[in-house]
Amino acid sequence: MRDRAIVQLTLARMREFYREPEAIFWVFGFPLVLAFALGIAFRNRGPGTLTVGIASGTGDSSLAAAVATEPGLRPTILDSGEARQRLRTGSIALLVVPGAPIVYRYDSTRTESRLARLTADAAIQRARGRTDPTLVADDRVTAPGSRYIDFLIPGLLGMNLMGSGLWGVGFSVVQARTKGLLKRFMATPMRRGDFLLSYMLSRLAFLVLEVAGLVGFGWVLFDVGVRGSLLTLAFLSMLGAFSFGGLGLLVASRAKTIEAVSGLMNLVMLPMWILSGTFFSYARFPETVQPFVRVLPLTALNDALRAVMIDGAPLFQLGAPMAIVAGWGLVSFAVALRIFRWR
Amino acid sequence: MSERRPAIRCAGLVKRYGDVTAVAGLDLTVSAGECFGLLGPNGAGKTTTIEILEGLTAPDAGDVEVLGLRWDGHEARALRERLGIQLQETKLPDKLTVEEIVRLFRSFYRRTHDVDEVLELVELGEKRRAWVSKLSGGQRQRLAVACALVSRPELLFLDEPTTGLDPQSRRQLWDVIARFRTAGNTVLLTTHYMEEAERLCDRVAILDHGKVIALGTPRELVASLGAAHVLEFTVGESADAAVLEPEVATLPGVHAVRRVDATLALTVAELHGTVPALVGLLGRRGIALASLRTHHATLEDLFVSLTGRSIRDA
Repeated sequence: MRDRAIVQLTLARMREFYREPEAIFWVFGFPLVLAFALGIAFRNRGPGTLTVGIASGTGDSSLAAAVATEPGLRPTILDSGEARQRLRTGSIALLVVPGAPIVYRYDSTRTESRLARLTADAAIQRARGRTDPTLVADDRVTAPGSRYIDFLIPGLLGMNLMGSGLWGVGFSVVQARTKGLLKRFMATPMRRGDFLLSYMLSRLAFLVLEVAGLVGFGWVLFDVGVRGSLLTLAFLSMLGAFSFGGLGLLVASRAKTIEAVSGLMNLVMLPMWILSGTFFSYARFPETVQPFVRVLPLTALNDALRAVMIDGAPLFQLGAPMAIVAGWGLVSFAVALRIFRWR
Repeated sequence: MSERRPAIRCAGLVKRYGDVTAVAGLDLTVSAGECFGLLGPNGAGKTTTIEILEGLTAPDAGDVEVLGLRWDGHEARALRERLGIQLQETKLPDKLTVEEIVRLFRSFYRRTHDVDEVLELVELGEKRRAWVSKLSGGQRQRLAVACALVSRPELLFLDEPTTGLDPQSRRQLWDVIARFRTAGNTVLLTTHYMEEAERLCDRVAILDHGKVIALGTPRELVASLGAAHVLEFTVGESADAAVLEPEVATLPGVHAVRRVDATLALTVAELHGTVPALVGLLGRRGIALASLRTHHATLEDLFVSLTGRSIRDA
């Protein structure tokens, strides 16, 4: 068993990988750093307390007292020069200018400012005697999986599967080619399929660590859970790894230099980094490009990963995205096998 | 040679790369058990020829038979099992150990040496846990040969196995090849070192521009020069070597004269007749001898006499 070619080839691949400290960082460390930084930067604070400027003048203190009755607002009385400057830099969300009428000065494209205007106005109107015609009650809920970090972790997982699949396979295939190692292997009875398969298998071995690392990190630090089954998540990750491994083989199938393959990798990955909804939802792109975005393998993988982690979708509901991911992998692998340059 | 079936037989090999004809109609027969050398300058077609024989390059024309099998069709895999191949430009992975690499190559074959056995054959036992990046040039080359030997091959191909090695590493590798041969195995090697060919090879084919220009045992080939010694001399600046050329050709025992700038090289049968005659001639003319050197004729001299060029700078 240990002396089987496929075992030895896979071991060689794994050894070459884990003896390369930089590779370890980019595959395992970097996604964690990214997740940590983005998780901190975009943690859900809600709108918090908004500062509302009151321009100094007759009646400013009564306006300030009215605004202060609203728990989400903090009034501050400012003279006109300072008020203008703070409004421009966004350190106050709204400027209330006393008079008749009372003027609300704010940037209507800013969500915070519009929110401040609505609540400040309600508080002022109430203070001036308006009564609400209907009784209302608030029932506050926080839906699990609705935070940015909940959205981000599955996306980073997908992106990482893409990156390490393409780089892990593509880069080392081209390196073996430039070193004359592929040609040397061709001079032995080694089966070509064994060689290509060994790349897939070694990817699989590290996949476990990669996925567990990132998911565990999200869970411990940001309480990002997996609502669906872990088995489904593992299966999806494996599918993604195979698919991007196939794409990596295709990208590396002809390239003769590291420079050439690096260029090709970026050509393949860059559009998906932006389009495939890793950092923000691809729903933001115009309707006309959506069909193209949806058939990209990373889009499909991200959708499926989110469906499992956030919505707890079972495997059988993920047929469409899985078919897209698998299709890319199979076609890439088949084409790569046909056009592969062995020397 | 022996009655046995030839290990390698090829006829009419042609390989072109664009406008360049790397191999231009080449015939060779290598007997089983023999060490055969392809000798020639860089660009003579040695590597292309050996890679065609190894089944790595398809010839444009010609016929190849190795161990009685052919590269086209279903015999190729069975044939690979029986060969050991070292390529000129392979860089083995830096971050694998000697043992790991041998074990990897070993896994490709059915019938193999143990890792220990083969490391002993190439004297790398002490380095078995060292990364390739920590090996010297000679050790790397012996590791490359170990990868070729691990399959217990009947036929070993070596493409410039000692190029760039220091003399001691070169001798160590020669010992490895000699040990491999004692079991009756066949070796085909390319080299541009004359000394290596003379030392290791039973027979040598000298290649130039993709063709065999001489073939035989090293001894036969040197003897074909018709003279056993080469005498090289230069004269002082006052005299013109070109003017002297026709005159020294008539001295007793001189077979051929060749001039490179101010140096005249005479191929001579016996030094004791020619040297006094040369000194006498120069003395009568009042020409000062600037330098005089003699050596036994070698394959290098044969190459020079056949092509007018030296192997190193061809």
